[in-house]
Amino acid sequence: MAAAPAKSSFSLGRVVLYTLLVFFCIYYLLPLYVMLVNSLKPLSEITAGGMMALPQDWTVAPWLSAWSSAQVGVEATGLRPYFLNSIIMVVPAVALSTIVGALNGYVLTKWTFPGATILFGLLLFGCFIPFQMVLIPMARMLGLMGLAGSVPGLIFVHFVYGIGFSTLYFRNYYAAFPTELVRAAQIDGAGFFRIFWRILLPSSGPIAVVCIIWQFTNIWNDFLFGASFSDFDSQPMTVALNNLVQSSTGVKEYNVHFAGAIMAALPTLLVYIVAGRYFVRGLMAGSVKG
Amino acid sequence: MSISETANPRGSVVDRLRDALPKIVLSPTVAIVAIFVYGFILFTLYLSFTNSRILPSFEWIGWQNYENLFRIRAWDTAVSNLVIFGVLYITICCALGLLLAILLDQRIRAEGFIRTIYLYPMALSFIVTGVAWKWFLDPGIGIEAVVRGWGWTTFEFNWIKDSQMAIYTIVIAAVWQTSGFVMAMFLAGLRGIDNEMLKAAQIDGASTLALYRRIVIPQLRPAFMSAFVVLAHMAIKSYDLVIALTGGGPGTATELPATFMYSYTFTRNQMGIGAASAVIMLMTIAAIIVPYLWSELREKK
Repeated sequence: MAAAPAKSSFSLGRVVLYTLLVFFCIYYLLPLYVMLVNSLKPLSEITAGGMMALPQDWTVAPWLSAWSSAQVGVEATGLRPYFLNSIIMVVPAVALSTIVGALNGYVLTKWTFPGATILFGLLLFGCFIPFQMVLIPMARMLGLMGLAGSVPGLIFVHFVYGIGFSTLYFRNYYAAFPTELVRAAQIDGAGFFRIFWRILLPSSGPIAVVCIIWQFTNIWNDFLFGASFSDFDSQPMTVALNNLVQSSTGVKEYNVHFAGAIMAALPTLLVYIVAGRYFVRGLMAGSVKG
Repeated sequence: MSISETANPRGSVVDRLRDALPKIVLSPTVAIVAIFVYGFILFTLYLSFTNSRILPSFEWIGWQNYENLFRIRAWDTAVSNLVIFGVLYITICCALGLLLAILLDQRIRAEGFIRTIYLYPMALSFIVTGVAWKWFLDPGIGIEAVVRGWGWTTFEFNWIKDSQMAIYTIVIAAVWQTSGFVMAMFLAGLRGIDNEMLKAAQIDGASTLALYRRIVIPQLRPAFMSAFVVLAHMAIKSYDLVIALTGGGPGTATELPATFMYSYTFTRNQMGIGAASAVIMLMTIAAIIVPYLWSELREKK
């Protein structure tokens, strides 16, 4: 807690303070408001200069169109197939990188060996590299593996570049876990996996949530890998949304674009609203380690 | 590590295997990182010295790609855009983040709720942010049209269509997305400050402003460091937002190194030059990240 001299609750300072706080709330909410109201009005109301107004004719037609009939790329499929692609991509990628990260964190803290810190540093550096540096060889590698332009290819890529962060989370979490418990279990004859399964895993709930949320948000929101390594029918949601908005043919259906944007935002936004605390913890652990 | 030192010859293979188990578990990760991070970095580094065009070629041409790269106008634009964008983005995010953190730290009501609102853009994809701001800033339907509709008919705000000003629209959208995150970092820093010192200064009659300037803000140095590193590396990697907001345009007015690399490699078939630009991005990020990781990991011990 920083300085907050106890003032009476109706001083001028407090009024200014709350005015500023509300002003910034409006600033952050404004784009969401714009997306929401404009996704529920006919196109003519937007083009007539009514972007900030509430809809006069409420309609869900833009949502239906964005979901199942809007022109995305060459086909008029709506965003539905791409939303499904993203889900099929995100679930295994999150699961795999989290499991591997948990095991890595366990080894790096409880079965440590000379050079473990350097190894961890090298692993961590991999989280921060500009991925432009791996695009060209990865494209070739996916081709060699027979995964080019496919959802499994994207799963693989996200798994590979997700390991660093999930290892970071579990390593820092397990570092604070009492090593004596592990040693005691060892003396009792428990093996490597048994100790992990019985002793560490049961108390890993919070960090697993942090890790899953972080990976889910990152992988769902990714654009670069999706744009580089997918074909027309394996595109994730972000790439399809961009195609929907950038398509140069025909009338620009702003209301459909806004509906599509909310659809792309909804899964991560829901996770944030339900488990925001863990999301923030993950953000912080990703920057302020320890 | 191991406590099973039995000399049973039949068990020894099993024992040794058991001893090696932790390393076996770690080995796939080591292999993955060795190939997909460092191997790929070396591969791209090598390509940057070859005359690769549409496909990788292995014909060594020395520094020629780098020489060409620095002669390309679009690269020049991309780098100066990155400087403008990076400086403004980091400065504004830090200033706004600090202001919001201090405001939220005044024992206010509904703090958790307000914090949630300030931070939610961080959960969105840059593509979503880009779409929202693209149409919001569009002079045809966005704020310009709205304000004109309200009666101020000469109001003008067409930065996104103006090649001199378009780069600042990227700053606007990026600040909107990330400033809440910086606020959260500073707020965590503020909450970690020792109360005793503040009370002592208060008793000595220091004004709130002096308190912040002399005691609180200097103690936020670690938070500033982290914020700087995170923001700088995000700025250098910025790609999605530019693609969604302006597509690099008008013309090449909002091209950044990340978009330059992509278009030279995959649409203009100048893979060698694309690789060279990626190497320069990596070097810039490494110059920021490596010292940071070094100090973070050393403090741990």
